[in-house]
Amino acid sequence: MATAAQTVTLPFANGERPLVTYPGKRALIGLTSRPPQLETPFSVFNEGILTPNDAFFVRYHLADIPLEIDPSAFRLEVTGKVATPLSLSLDELKTRFEAVEFVAVHQCSGNSRGFFDPRVGGGQAGNGLMGNARWKGVALKSVLEKAGIAGGAAEVSFSGLDGPVIPETPRFAKSLKLAHALDGEVMLAYQMNGEDLPWLNGFPLRLVVPGYFGTYWVKHLNQITVRDTPLDNFWMSTAYRIPDNDCACVPAGTRPEKTVPIGRFAVRSFLTNLLEGAAVSAGKQVPLRGVAFDGGSGIARVELSADGGKSFMPAALGEDLGSYSFREWTANVTLPAGTHALMVRATNVLGQSQPMQASWNPSGYMRSAVETTHVVAG
Amino acid sequence: MIRYLKSLAAAAALAGIVVGMAAAKPLSYELPEETAVFKPGPGVEAAENNCVACHSADYITTQPPGMGRSFWEAEVHKMIAAYRAPIDDDDAKAVIDYLAATY
Repeated sequence: MATAAQTVTLPFANGERPLVTYPGKRALIGLTSRPPQLETPFSVFNEGILTPNDAFFVRYHLADIPLEIDPSAFRLEVTGKVATPLSLSLDELKTRFEAVEFVAVHQCSGNSRGFFDPRVGGGQAGNGLMGNARWKGVALKSVLEKAGIAGGAAEVSFSGLDGPVIPETPRFAKSLKLAHALDGEVMLAYQMNGEDLPWLNGFPLRLVVPGYFGTYWVKHLNQITVRDTPLDNFWMSTAYRIPDNDCACVPAGTRPEKTVPIGRFAVRSFLTNLLEGAAVSAGKQVPLRGVAFDGGSGIARVELSADGGKSFMPAALGEDLGSYSFREWTANVTLPAGTHALMVRATNVLGQSQPMQASWNPSGYMRSAVETTHVVAG
Repeated sequence: MIRYLKSLAAAAALAGIVVGMAAAKPLSYELPEETAVFKPGPGVEAAENNCVACHSADYITTQPPGMGRSFWEAEVHKMIAAYRAPIDDDDAKAVIDYLAATY
């Protein structure tokens, strides 16, 4: 596997990456190796609305990732401001609580960071740090209610089996406000697309926070703590924060005065069946398809422009797999000979859409601008 | 009930009986060999000695080109302040010099 590495080149400076194959994964774009960060090749998003487990992106923070897990010995501990602390085996989670299931997009906060202009530090990803899967597990609410929330509880924090290399490094942990944790949607997932979670996607249990960026989707989840104070660690108080305004943006090159923790996805949409520079037939109908998603209100409409954004025409929406899922769209265009800028723009049920010009923030989070794919008709 | 299941499992384990669907042994995962290396350049040893204990070299080599000294200074200081990397002042300067000159 380490021999004669094939490479791909993402479309930004220093974008050359090896294609790497990890156990349980097909060849993916290798961003980093320790800890592993793997990007889904964009062509995968045209294979279907659900992203296959073996192609799903991988993102870790700290390098002491679990390499041995005994599923029968695994326990999820629920402690803190609860009436009855719990220590639950996987079998208990699967048999003593009602199973829930839904399709939801998972997306890294820094998906598409490589396209920020000016460039910013961090994981230099193309558009492949996202995926759409059918998650199955139990509602976090069910487990918290079993434990019983004690008076004064304000937040619920989460951590997993992965840890830092040196003990001084702050362990990865995230928190949700109590009301969010109890919304009935946040899930403790043990299955993804009908199978056990892939190892690198958090086997045997992970948090699924539908509509919210991946930073909250704690992998290898084994510790839930109900807290009476906000979790004040590097991962909540310093990292994963966005400018406190509607666009989550600041003028390029500047720093925000006030920040808030990153939250829901902004609206995004992509053309998936033609990649940048694709050749198409001039004067003939060209079928187009792609995906759109948002932070959970659902996609109301998708529009396509074949003239670089001067005019837009409606696309047809495909099957509705739920408001947290990718929504397929299709359209047809007929193009004269020459190069054309195809642009896709989605609007959600709340009326929120995508800006034509990409906004900027110093962490490279939440890219959500209208994307452009150039095709050559001939 | 939990206690009952646990004691049943313990008794079964003592008797050498496999319980239900529970896996009989831990599962393991093998990561591929790490191949990323730093670009050659003056001071590369400082990076090799201070960075790769916690992360692979590609965390650095994949960053945008030409970000400049202040960018690399901020990154190294983040490693020390936020991630508590045990890098002394002389080594930090050597690492920053190498990164600013090489990437």
